[in-house]
This record gives sequence, C-alpha cells and structure tokens, in this order.
Amino acid sequence: MSQLMSGAKILLECLAREGVDTIFGYPGGVTLPLYDAMYDNPIRHILVRHEQNAAFAAQGYSRSTGKVGVCCATSGPGATNLVTGLVDAMMDSIPVVALTGQVTAKLIGSDAFQEADTFGITRSATKHNYLVKNVNELPQIIHEAFYIAASGRPGPVLVDITKDVFQGNAHYAPVTSIHLPGYKVYTEGHTGQIRRAAQMMLEAERPMIYAGGGIVLSNSSAELRELVELVDAPTVCTLMGLGALSSEHPNFISMPGMHGSYAANMGMYNTDLIIALGVRFDDRVTGRLNAFAPHARIIHVDIDPAEISKIRNADLPIVGDLKRVLPKINEVLRELKPEAGERPGLKAWWKQMREWKSAHPLETSVSDTEIKPQHLMREIDRLTKGKAIVCSDVGQHQMWAAQLIRFNEPRLWINSGGLGSMGFGLPSALGAQVANPDQLVVAICGDGGFQMSIPELATLFNFGLPVKVIVMNNGYLGMVRQWQELFYANRLSQVTLDGFPDPVQLAGAYGFKGRTVEKPSELAEALETAFADPGPYLLNVRVTPTENVFPMVPAGGAINEMVLTPPQPAEARK
Amino acid sequence: MLQIITLLVENKTGALMRVTGLLTARGYNIDSLTVARTLDPELSRMTIAVAIEPHQRRQLIKHMNKLINVLQATDLTDSPAVIRELVLMRVRAPQESRTAILKEAEIFGARVVDSTLEGFALEATGDIEKLDEFIDIMRSYGEIEVTRGGAVAVSLESKKLRLSPPVPRGAEEGKTEEKNGVI
Repeated sequence: MSQLMSGAKILLECLAREGVDTIFGYPGGVTLPLYDAMYDNPIRHILVRHEQNAAFAAQGYSRSTGKVGVCCATSGPGATNLVTGLVDAMMDSIPVVALTGQVTAKLIGSDAFQEADTFGITRSATKHNYLVKNVNELPQIIHEAFYIAASGRPGPVLVDITKDVFQGNAHYAPVTSIHLPGYKVYTEGHTGQIRRAAQMMLEAERPMIYAGGGIVLSNSSAELRELVELVDAPTVCTLMGLGALSSEHPNFISMPGMHGSYAANMGMYNTDLIIALGVRFDDRVTGRLNAFAPHARIIHVDIDPAEISKIRNADLPIVGDLKRVLPKINEVLRELKPEAGERPGLKAWWKQMREWKSAHPLETSVSDTEIKPQHLMREIDRLTKGKAIVCSDVGQHQMWAAQLIRFNEPRLWINSGGLGSMGFGLPSALGAQVANPDQLVVAICGDGGFQMSIPELATLFNFGLPVKVIVMNNGYLGMVRQWQELFYANRLSQVTLDGFPDPVQLAGAYGFKGRTVEKPSELAEALETAFADPGPYLLNVRVTPTENVFPMVPAGGAINEMVLTPPQPAEARK
Repeated sequence: MLQIITLLVENKTGALMRVTGLLTARGYNIDSLTVARTLDPELSRMTIAVAIEPHQRRQLIKHMNKLINVLQATDLTDSPAVIRELVLMRVRAPQESRTAILKEAEIFGARVVDSTLEGFALEATGDIEKLDEFIDIMRSYGEIEVTRGGAVAVSLESKKLRLSPPVPRGAEEGKTEEKNGVI
C-alpha cells in the first residue's frame, strides 16, 4: 500500500516514525517547500536566531534526553553555519540529524544562488552524510540517518536534500528495514576478555576507575555504580562523564586532568590498574603521555575499536557497548569476589586517596569584597543540589563549574568538551529546556561566550523558555588571559572585553528580567531570585577579574606535577 | 616505505572522497590509487599506495573500517599478497637502438603495442620496483613518455568478510520513545 506524497511530506512522515517531536531550525529559499509542509504538521519547530545555535540546541535536546536531536537549515550559508555545531557533536559523540536544503539537482555545480558543496564540506564534520537527489531514495536515507546517528558510537549525520526532492512526488510506503552491510557495530564484548578483566580488577591493589562520556551516552550509570561498589575503586569522571557516577557517591574522586583535582590526578599517576570505561585518553586528561599512569595496566572498554590503543596501549581491550558489557563484568565480579580474598593494598590505597583529598582540596575561598568565581559556583551548587541541568559555555567558568557543582545523575551536566566551542552554553540550555520544560535549566556562560549567543535570548522569550542565564563576568577572555599571564609574561593581547551590555536593559529589551550582582553578600539572594523567577532570567555576576583556575597541569606537563596555587606574579604584572 | 591498503567499498557517490579524506586530513600524500568495479557491480575494489608513518597504520585501517561505505579495509603491506602495476610507455629512439630496445623489453616481459619510425609504444606489468628499473633502462635509450596505472593488489590470505545484516526500522508507528533513543 502506498500513496502519492510530496518529498517534504514524506520527510516529515519519516521523522514522525523516528519519534521526532522537535526540530531546531531556520528556514530559507530552498527549504520553502519543507516549511510549507511543516505549517500544519504536529512536529514542533523551534525557530532559533542562527543556524549554529540550531545545531547546539539540538545537542542540548539530545544530551539531556538521550534522544536524537534534529536541526534544519537552508542551503549555502544555512548549511555552512551548522558546521561548528556538527563538529562539536562529532567530538562529543552526540546523536544529531541535520537536514539541509540544497539547490535543485540540475543546478548543482552552476554556482546557483545560495549553493554550497554541503556534502563535501560536512564529510569530515559528520559520522556520515548523504546527498539526496531522488525523492524515491528519501525515506530509506532518513531512516538510515537516524540509525547511524544513534547506534554504535553516536554522532551527527547530515542529509542534504535538493529542492526538487522536497517538491517532487513519490509513491510512499513505510520503510520496514534498512541495510548497511559495511556499518559494523560491536556491542557484546568478548566473553574471555570480560572474565579476565574482572580478574584483573580483583587482583589490583591500587585500582582507579576512569569513567567518561560513554557511560552517559550508553545510559549505563546504574551498571557503573554496581561495578564501582564491587571493585571498591576510587572513581574519576571526565569532563564528559560528570554525573555518570553521582558526585555524592563515596567513591567519587572529582575530575582528572588539566584542571582536575589533586587527588584525581595523583590517583591516576599512582594507580596500578586503570579501568577505562567509555573514555578516549584525551590530552587534557593525560597530560604528558609518558608521565600518565606509568605503573598501570589498562583495561579499556569502548564501543569504538578505533579508540582502543589510540593513545595508550590497552593491556586488556574490550570492544562493546557498556550497557551490555558492564553487567557481564559485574556478574563475573559477583562470582569471583567471595574467593578473591582480602586485598591488603586496597585499604592503604584508600587511605592514601583520602590524604590526597584533604591535603589539597579544590579551592573554594570566599572574599568579603568581591565575588570569587568559586564562590559563585559553590552558591549555584548549593541551590541546584546536584539536580538541575547545567549547560556550560567554554572557558574558566566551565572548569570551575565542573570542579565545584555536583551532579547526582547523568545528562545534567552539558558542555562542549572535545571541541570547546564558545557560544555553546546558551543555545544548548535552550534545547535542554525545550526537552525538559519542567526542570531547572541553568546556562553558565563567560562574558565572552555569552556574547557569541546573545541573539538566542529572543528565542528564550518567544518560546517562554525559563532558562536561567548566569554570566560569570570577569571582563576578560579569562582562560586565554590566564595562559597569557602564566606562559606569555602577562602580555595581555586581545583578551579584554570592555563594553558588556547592561543586563537590565539587555534582558528588558528582549522582554524579561536581568540584573547585575557585584557584592558577595548579595550573591545568594540574587541567585535565589533568579531561580525562583518563572521566566527566563539574565544574571550578570561580576567576579574577580584576574582569578585563575587551579590546580593546573600545563599543556604537555606531567599530571603528578600540578600547579596548585598561583605562582609568584610575573614581572610584567607590576 | 609505501603501505599498500586494499578496500572493498560500496559503489556509491562520495565513497572515494571519504576514504581519501581520511588520508588528506592527516596530511598524507597518496602515491597511487586505483578503483574499479568488482564482480558485484554494487561494490568496488580500491588499492591505495601511500607512505604512512608506521605507528599510524593500524589506526588508519580502523578508521577506514569505520566508514559506512567501506565493507573491509586491509593493510597488505606485511601480509602475503600479489601487488602489480601496469605501465604504458612511448620510447623515441634512433634507428640503431631499435633492436636493443626490443631485447630489453623482452627481458622485462613488456609487449610492443605500437611501432612507428620514431620508436615504440610498450606495455609492461610487474611489481612496482621492477617497473622502476624498466623505466630507468628505457630512459637511457632516448626520450620516453610514461603513464603508470597505479598499484593493484590481491591478498593471498582468505579473510572472512563480515557484513552486517538488515535492521528493522521505521515501520511501526507510535513506539516513538523506543525508537528515538537507545538502540
């Protein structure tokens, strides 16, 4: 049974069958037929103010729910504007389907108005991409796109559709199956390896669990928690993995890496077994490779075989889906644990870990005269209690937030980890709020990143999205300034951001409330007021301008040689 | 040293771009590349000769195997394989060299495909280094013009081709939660 339908309607029908309820997008010339079909279609369209933010918002939607995020843009500039958001999704393995319009098939290659080689441009920005020139191929391709985006190691998939495909008619019959013979997804893990992994875990004297974004993406927090308790290993969660294990779990030892805690990095340096779960040994975690976990054997579980031994050789690799592999490891652990006996080293290891924790806890000082950035994060933490969705931009505030805000569940902490795209915070919060209308969603931005996304304040207002936008305003591009201070003799080059707009007038112009807070004594009340407001809220928090993020492992440095406190002021600072 | 990679790919628009894109993104220059249909017209066989840093080889093959359009990518550099190349060559030489040229051609198993007063057109196949020698020798007889076909290879090991089966998708309406999410 089939019926004659336009390509635009077929597309929307396929989206409905994939369970899509929301599209973040921006219309244009060649997508006119698609937007005409959307006019009376139940799928909700969120009109953003820039296509890049459509891709970020689709990520916020996906990261907070686990569902595939969908964004849409027209040909040419619309499509090229999506690119940063797609690469960002690629780096953090976020399932996103991007739909772009393309000029009519027979005009491709003629330098037609708003023509760009979207298929070529996005080849390396996506997990896979398609150019659709024949309406009959459309349904199959749309379902393939969703399958590829969400399965295996997730990622963005772009489908570039010519205008004549939207306009053309085809006999549509629902797709029942797709066939991608070359697309390999390894899920189960090798039984023998799983057994050996469990044995190694019970033999280790100083084990460390290194949990990353893969736990969040595969929804295996409960399985991780069981593993953590069976092995009783100290557990670090990466920037992408915060919330994978609750920040309040007794085994949780903060974040490792460049701005990780002293205990986390000392643990990673001194461990004899790293249990790496859904991580990729990012350079921001390992520091100088030959000084990373030099005494450790490595168990590495990942769904992507290309991650195994990419950076650090895995002594015991397991390729599989954590959701499938972790329960099997746990089962063997439960079986072997009674016979394993005491591990005398483990007790000493925990003692050592506690000493490291208390020797150099994360900096949380409070001043009477100015709001310290750490004070701001501590207050946000106090009020959100590990339960709010916190979307961060990129920079110093991101590191302080990651250090000091608790996340009791996965999918609460949303940030651009791999690509580090400034401007990510506000639009991702927008997407997360659309997906979670009843939850408190906080966007934490620097004054730099916020100004990259200001236009989306209009979207918040239009759709009544009560996102609380907290700008940690230090008047600088703080992270760049920090590096210039520490490594470039404090020659501050192009990092001063003067002329921040008045938040009362700015938010007011968009139709909601804004405020500036400068005094430490007013901070708590200001945040409480913002969080209690029923609408969107812009809170501009003036913080210590020159505060730096510590601990810090300088780029290429060894993780056991962190800089813990500010060094002596540089000569040029006088 | 050149690495030889053989790939079985879907015969689709963009498949070549995806494969070469992995090499160009890493700054590798392709020495030679051949693509042609296989017995199954929906598939193509690709042979690539490229100088890759040894420690990057495994990683690159893994990334090639991740491409949706690639059914199998194999590094043949250190495994039993036959690697051959075709060379077409025109030699312009004086009359007195003609006999010597034909003798050399015979030694290398090359065939004369055209003969004129000015010289010959020759066709030779063989392994890559042998053809380098042949070209060097022919150069000593006069002016030559060479077109090389690029390495083609066949593995002597039978490696099992593992293909993914079809996946049910899209047909059932209403089960949205299940579909748009974890698979």
